[in-house]
Amino acid sequence: MNKKNVYMDHGATTPVRQEVLEAMLPFFSELYGNPSSLHAKGRDVRKAFEEARRVTAASLGVEPDEIYFTSGGTESNNIALRGAAKKHGSGHIITSSIEHHAVLDVCKDLEKQGFSVTYLPVDKYGLISMEEFESSIKPETFLVSIMAANNEIGTVQPISEIGAIAEKHKILFHTDAVQVVGQMPLNIKELNLDFLSLSAHKFNGPKGVGALYKRKGVKIDPLYHGGGQERKLRPGTENVPGVIGLSKALELAVGELPQKAEELAKLRNRLIEGLVRIDDVVLNGHPEKRLPGNVNVSFKYIEGESVLLSLDLHGIAASSGSACSSGSLDPSHVLSAIGLDHQTAHGSIRFSLGRGNAEEDIDYVLDIIPSIVDRLRQMSPIRKESC
Amino acid sequence: MYNEKVVEHFNNPRNVGELPDADAIGENGSFKCGDTMKIYLKVKDGIIEDVRFQTYGCGAAIASSSMLTEIIKGKTIDEALQVSNQDVADELGGLPPLKLHCSNLAADALHDAIANYKKKQGSVVKD
Repeated sequence: MNKKNVYMDHGATTPVRQEVLEAMLPFFSELYGNPSSLHAKGRDVRKAFEEARRVTAASLGVEPDEIYFTSGGTESNNIALRGAAKKHGSGHIITSSIEHHAVLDVCKDLEKQGFSVTYLPVDKYGLISMEEFESSIKPETFLVSIMAANNEIGTVQPISEIGAIAEKHKILFHTDAVQVVGQMPLNIKELNLDFLSLSAHKFNGPKGVGALYKRKGVKIDPLYHGGGQERKLRPGTENVPGVIGLSKALELAVGELPQKAEELAKLRNRLIEGLVRIDDVVLNGHPEKRLPGNVNVSFKYIEGESVLLSLDLHGIAASSGSACSSGSLDPSHVLSAIGLDHQTAHGSIRFSLGRGNAEEDIDYVLDIIPSIVDRLRQMSPIRKESC
Repeated sequence: MYNEKVVEHFNNPRNVGELPDADAIGENGSFKCGDTMKIYLKVKDGIIEDVRFQTYGCGAAIASSSMLTEIIKGKTIDEALQVSNQDVADELGGLPPLKLHCSNLAADALHDAIANYKKKQGSVVKD
């Protein structure tokens, strides 16, 4: 079989769509003005910039003045969590043990500053329990941050139930929706969300730009001080081409939902069904409550990086939950939290599907994988009976 | 991330498998938490006549296992004992710094096999 180039790492990043690139290009050349300038060069860009805000808000079903443009998911998370913490001064925060490091490590740092944090455990599918969440709420709890869907195993959390509980107890609710926005339909106004983080490069927009949704009336302290841009919450001259690209990409992605999500889920299921047919391959994450593009499986008795490298030699791009490349032998915190033993966790591979993947890509991967797995298993000293 | 030689050894590893009539077997690593290598030696007149390996691990671990078997085949036991982890990495043209712990595997498993071999020789003499 001829080598193909198959990109299945859309959870890491996605290619910028042609329409998005074209929308951005004028803002690198003739439309170079600073949107804060009073002259025509500035005013023209301000107009386009605010139109991008309007489109972004409309795509999310929120008001334009609830959107703050940032440099991406990490910054949005930091502004929301640290900003809320700074405003409250002290108190208790609830999050989950499988958050992205852009939330988890912020919480750890806030602990050092005197805040107390509960890291909710998850079940074997990666779901938090509503009972455990509600019983962890204390009088001093002011914030809960739970990701909309997990980046590694794709598990989608019951965001609307979390929102209802947060509302009942009058605590702020933040969700890191970086993996969900543009991939699944989302109705922010029905979810009782106070904050939502998103990142453009996960939905075929450019890298280095994202947004924070902050519900009108919710007050947080800014982390930065400067020229007052983004209503003083994120000062600094705007990333105009980036924001134009974000709004275009979001408009296109949301416009294609829910059909696109259904198509992706079909491809995902085809890949999962093919993979679990191989001996000693287990699906990680929830069988149904998962991102439409996420496939995460463990190949027992072999190590994830060697699978990735083999896939790469066949032109297939995927990613691994194995931490071998990070210099530590510990598997990812997510795979540990769902209770995988070290060996199963080390054999985990994530295929994240997206725009541009077709059935033939799935079939190509399914054709290639058995020989890769056989070869590595024959090389491995670990066998079924020794585990 | 890896140079061509490492990828070539990963893709076409030399001396993979078991030796049913091995004179010594060595192991390094832990099944529980990470990379593991098992090495089989066939020794005749103090010379490593044949060698096989099995490795569970990343690309660097498999490539360094393969490289080690090439280095030691035909060497005397004492010469093989001098082969270090660094020698294996050097012979591969270098490994990423974070991966150096993987290459430790191969020479350590070899040294374990040689220790087992010497133990066995000692007990044979005593008998």
